[in-house]
Amino acid sequence: MGAGHGHRLYRHAHSRVHTLLAHCKLAAVFGFVLVVVATPREAMWAFALYAGLLAGVAAYARVPVTFVLRRLVFEVPFVAFALLLPFVAEGPYTHVLGVSLSESGLWGAWNILAKGTLGVAASVLLAATTELREVLLGLQRLRMPSLLVQIASFMIRYGDVITDEMRRMRIARESRGFRARGVRHWGVLGKSAGALFIRSYERGERVHLAMVSRGYTGSMPVIDEVTATAVDWRRAAALPGAALVVCLTGWILL
Amino acid sequence: MHVPDGFFDAPVSVAAGVVAAGAVAVSLRGARKELDERTAPLAGLVAAFIFAVQMLNFPVAAGTSGHLLGGALAAVLVGPYTGVLCVSVVLLMQGLLFADGGLTALGVNITLMGVVTVVVSYAVFRGLLRVLPRGRTGLGVASFAAAMLSVPAAALAFTGLYAIGGTADVSLGKVVTAMVGVHLLIGLGEAAITTLTVGSVAAVRPDLVHGARGLARPLLIRHADGSTSTVPGAVPAPAAARSTRTVWAAGLAAAVVLAGVVSFYASADPDGLEKVAGDQGIAAKEEEHGLSSSPLADYGVKDITDARLSGGTAGVIGVGLTLAVGSGVFVVVRRSRRPESVSATGA
Repeated sequence: MGAGHGHRLYRHAHSRVHTLLAHCKLAAVFGFVLVVVATPREAMWAFALYAGLLAGVAAYARVPVTFVLRRLVFEVPFVAFALLLPFVAEGPYTHVLGVSLSESGLWGAWNILAKGTLGVAASVLLAATTELREVLLGLQRLRMPSLLVQIASFMIRYGDVITDEMRRMRIARESRGFRARGVRHWGVLGKSAGALFIRSYERGERVHLAMVSRGYTGSMPVIDEVTATAVDWRRAAALPGAALVVCLTGWILL
Repeated sequence: MHVPDGFFDAPVSVAAGVVAAGAVAVSLRGARKELDERTAPLAGLVAAFIFAVQMLNFPVAAGTSGHLLGGALAAVLVGPYTGVLCVSVVLLMQGLLFADGGLTALGVNITLMGVVTVVVSYAVFRGLLRVLPRGRTGLGVASFAAAMLSVPAAALAFTGLYAIGGTADVSLGKVVTAMVGVHLLIGLGEAAITTLTVGSVAAVRPDLVHGARGLARPLLIRHADGSTSTVPGAVPAPAAARSTRTVWAAGLAAAVVLAGVVSFYASADPDGLEKVAGDQGIAAKEEEHGLSSSPLADYGVKDITDARLSGGTAGVIGVGLTLAVGSGVFVVVRRSRRPESVSATGA
């Protein structure tokens, strides 16, 4: 029982980025994304520099660029929205290849594409270099309420169990000749979801009882007290610090 | 519907983050009352369930399929506080590990998909349950309406945030039509699936449906001589009434602070559309809005000249008005229901 030892997005390697303490890494990623979002969209070169910074981190962490690029497909839904913008936005129009496009819409599309892509790339790098357990420990060390961290850790730990349960139900349905083709089959799928809820909830009750019988009183003991040194923080600050310099330059030059 | 980075400007993202953090803090306290020390394992497993059920695709027609958002389902099945917590944790993990939804937009995503859907659906659900006849049909109708309204409500909230701090220049009318139109359809699907799921849980383990607590009929014992008696212990005692005054006061204070203080920073520059209109001289032609002579037009109070003070005061007055209208509706609804409940107990 329990999830596998790594998640699909984690890529095992030995590098300074992998061994950096998770809470420093989390803070660095949040800082970086915040700086990117605060950058004026007209400073196009700044976004190229950000992409360069991320590529540098990826190379340092020995994460292949193709790996990051393949993960970027997560952003497909909002790319569609961004591409629509130049056609629906208002403002002065320009003509590109005989199509009239809104200028502010083009800027808006660029803004969302650039910032969204950089944000996704930053979280992909975080997920690729940090194990799940480390992410949760990092959140705890960043003073996220411990109850929330516990809920998240149970979700991660049993996520695969519940998904497997769902897969088994799907196989059971399909081996009885069921194929969901349209609205008429929602009843069966709804009943499956209901059954899945009952199984999840009852498993939650069993997990709780098992934990209580082992002395659980509502909080998890902290067994490894790690404090980040100034060196750790300085390493973690390299990425958001460099990004901040780029951002400030962008504002000054504008 | 996961909002990416760069969609909203920084002040709105931060303000939404503050709202989301507040809602999560309130839910942490509330969930302890709903589940006591079982909170962590149960809420964790329910979060895993929501995560899994979002992957369950429901075929619509001709190869397209949709999936559940789960806010309304969580609110009805496990209660509003646990529901907010579960959806928030799912969104946090999706943002951190699966790059689904931007990290700076996390506050926006939690506010829209966690807080708005859960609060709206639970309010609608509770309201309808009081009016509708008890039993499975009432439960089904209430969860259908709750889930159906929760999705366009989130879309409306999105539009509201967009009006304050959206980065793209699309007219508000277009955004409202597109978002609400599409999400009404999505809401129908969400409603159908939520109802089916709640119905199937209620058929097997009615005790697990948080929203159906108190709906169970008391156990009726028919004695040999024909007399009947009910077993009082079969009905779980309703939770002791708690003072809601602190919650109200905190919520009101937060709303006033947000409207009065944060709103200066939200939009110091004129809104993109207004700016373009001004630059292009469209503004000269544009018809004055019907309410533009009202004292609150353009989110500023007329006779106050300091822009910040004026905007802030308008925000505070807006919150006050909303509160007054909301409480008015609430009082009217409660008053109209009172005679009905009297006759019900009398019968």
